[in-house]
Amino acid sequence: MDLSDSPAEAAFRRGLRDWLGKTLPELPPPPDPADWPGRRAYDTGWQRRLHDAGYAGVHWPVEAGGSGATPAEHLIYLEETERAGAPYVGANFVGLLHAGPTIAAEGSPEQRRRYLPPILRGEEIWCQGFSEPGAGSDLAALRTRAVRDGDSYVVSGSKIWTSHAEVADWCELLVRTDPEAPRHHGISWLVLPMDAPGVTVRPLRTLAGTTEFAELFLDEVRVPVGNRVGAENDGWRVTMVTLSFERGTAFAGEVVAGRRTLGRLARLARDNGAWTDGGLRRRIGTLAGEFTALWRLVQWNVSEAGAGGVPGAGASVFKLRFSQARQELYDLAAEVLGSGALLLSEPDGDGAEAWTAEAWTAEAWTAEAWTAEAWTMQRLQGLSYTIAAGTSQIQRDIVARRVLGLPRSGGN
Amino acid sequence: MDFRLTVDQRQLQTATRELLAGRFGRERLRAAVDAGGPLDRALWAQLHAAGLFALRAPGASGLGLGLAEAVLVFEEAGRALLPGPLVATELAAALGLVSAADGVAGLVRLPHGRGPLLVEQLPSLDLLLVLDSTAGELRLLEPRVAAAVARPVRGVDPLTPLWELTGPLPPGRPVIGTDTARLWAEGTLLTAALQLGLAARAVESAVGYARQREQFGRPIGAFQAVQHLCADMVGRLEPARVAVRAAAVLLDAGPRLDLAALDPAARAEVAGAKLLADEAAVRGARDCLQIHGGMGFTWEADVQLLLKRAWVWQGGFAGPHECAEELAAQL
Repeated sequence: MDLSDSPAEAAFRRGLRDWLGKTLPELPPPPDPADWPGRRAYDTGWQRRLHDAGYAGVHWPVEAGGSGATPAEHLIYLEETERAGAPYVGANFVGLLHAGPTIAAEGSPEQRRRYLPPILRGEEIWCQGFSEPGAGSDLAALRTRAVRDGDSYVVSGSKIWTSHAEVADWCELLVRTDPEAPRHHGISWLVLPMDAPGVTVRPLRTLAGTTEFAELFLDEVRVPVGNRVGAENDGWRVTMVTLSFERGTAFAGEVVAGRRTLGRLARLARDNGAWTDGGLRRRIGTLAGEFTALWRLVQWNVSEAGAGGVPGAGASVFKLRFSQARQELYDLAAEVLGSGALLLSEPDGDGAEAWTAEAWTAEAWTAEAWTAEAWTMQRLQGLSYTIAAGTSQIQRDIVARRVLGLPRSGGN
Repeated sequence: MDFRLTVDQRQLQTATRELLAGRFGRERLRAAVDAGGPLDRALWAQLHAAGLFALRAPGASGLGLGLAEAVLVFEEAGRALLPGPLVATELAAALGLVSAADGVAGLVRLPHGRGPLLVEQLPSLDLLLVLDSTAGELRLLEPRVAAAVARPVRGVDPLTPLWELTGPLPPGRPVIGTDTARLWAEGTLLTAALQLGLAARAVESAVGYARQREQFGRPIGAFQAVQHLCADMVGRLEPARVAVRAAAVLLDAGPRLDLAALDPAARAEVAGAKLLADEAAVRGARDCLQIHGGMGFTWEADVQLLLKRAWVWQGGFAGPHECAEELAAQL
């Protein structure tokens, strides 16, 4: 059990720190969150800088154009970028973390040449067309149809929860190519050009008032057969293969952020007197212990992944606990803020509109002290954590079945 | 960074598990419950012989290992539900204060928290460590001197006989140069390791019962309501386990008898580990009881032993209140 950096890891950390220290002050100011083209430009600009410095796709294999860093170095990357307040992966998320790795593993040499370099250089943005109105936790129930017509598939159906659809160039799309086959065996994985005729994007407004994702309507969209990754009807396996790229690092940066936020919350509580409430103070302390343990769990999972293990079940335990802790953090913040937790503008501010525009920026996020609306916005947005990327109930199913070997019930 | 156990650590873990299954299996556990009474010195000597208390001991009898190994061994001791003042004896052995053959030590900290000041197995002890946190001093007391101001009380855990100290303790003989904060942190961490093993046993027991017990024509483990209780037990255990191991690594990184203050970050890490391990054990035992249904409420089922011991260990060394305050203070 060794938690310290090896000489190579220490050198990687030093180099990255130096580069971040030099580069971050040169960044342009972050865009208004409602300005999607601005966000795309900001996120891809950051990706370009990473690429030029050799940090693009730090977790990708070298043959796919990545830097082939070890899982431990990938973790250092996530830790240091978060500590330095570097921009998030943002609009590059699907390309770098899902579609890209899938193509790297399952795509033809031609597909790899076409799609991977623009992701790493920050030139093309991807979105994900997996979930459907009728296929959420039960993804294999998806019904979007693709019918072969000559050299094309003709695709009709709808997708939902598609982040960054407004600015994406491509969509990794799961479609049903054989409605007669058992459900997992009739699915194919396609690269959908977002500018194809018949694609309609309708932004969805979240309960936080922001438009973080969209619905996608596909009306007889023609997709070339050459855009299929993997064999026809083998799309479920193709999708699952990407999970082997999972190195236990999902949400690692967010754990670092959570620990910093707890420090910020303690300062706020000391300033406004809430800290004298012993019960509240101890709950904040307890949560700090939990975030530290979550960081240790990340290190554990990463160590296992580095040794060739796939942290499938470990990842479920982590997701379950992290999403709970993340929500608890902002519920505690609401207790510290008192009635201020009901506000989306500063009590002494000059307008209720502030949070939709300039207030909620990356700058606000990395600031030492937060405004009340920053806390409230995080509390609202955090409500998705126990739902997105596998609900807590699905994570418990996975732990019960794959870790504990309990029998499959009628419902799962 | 490589957080995985080394080959040696894995072997130590497996060997300890097998040894304790042989020395203190279910039959012996239930026999100990039926017998009650004083510490089983024969078993204690066997534990000494097996090296349970020698991991960090100085000199020729010591194994030259650290807390990283000690928490692995104590996790197994917790899984076996071994009775007796395990942690205090390990701390005393690490300081070279008790016999390496069969020594037994107890520990109290002054001032103590709410409720009476309790000592486990007082008449069976060879040595009582008094940790005076006000003076920052460790003192040694003859147990019979303490017994003069103590009376036996009935404890909730049938395997943890308790004595209440009713009068002021004589000062005792100070041990110069002991870092009492560190000693307390070590004891807290080893107790957390015991809780991990207990929590793991609770998961195994709950899952085993859920697979075998049938209602409505199928094993109750096929119902999601039961499955999710079990999954949450794992969800509490795994973070606690890595927290305990990480805290052990951090404590090992500092010199043992350094008089300089214990690194606050390491202290907080110990506090978090204990808090999580207590939660995994106490709530795990509760869930295990729930899954056992009516059987869980009986004396015959072992679930009661899990829960009662989890309560004892929760109060052992730093409890939830102290740990949460320690963590808050570090923010």
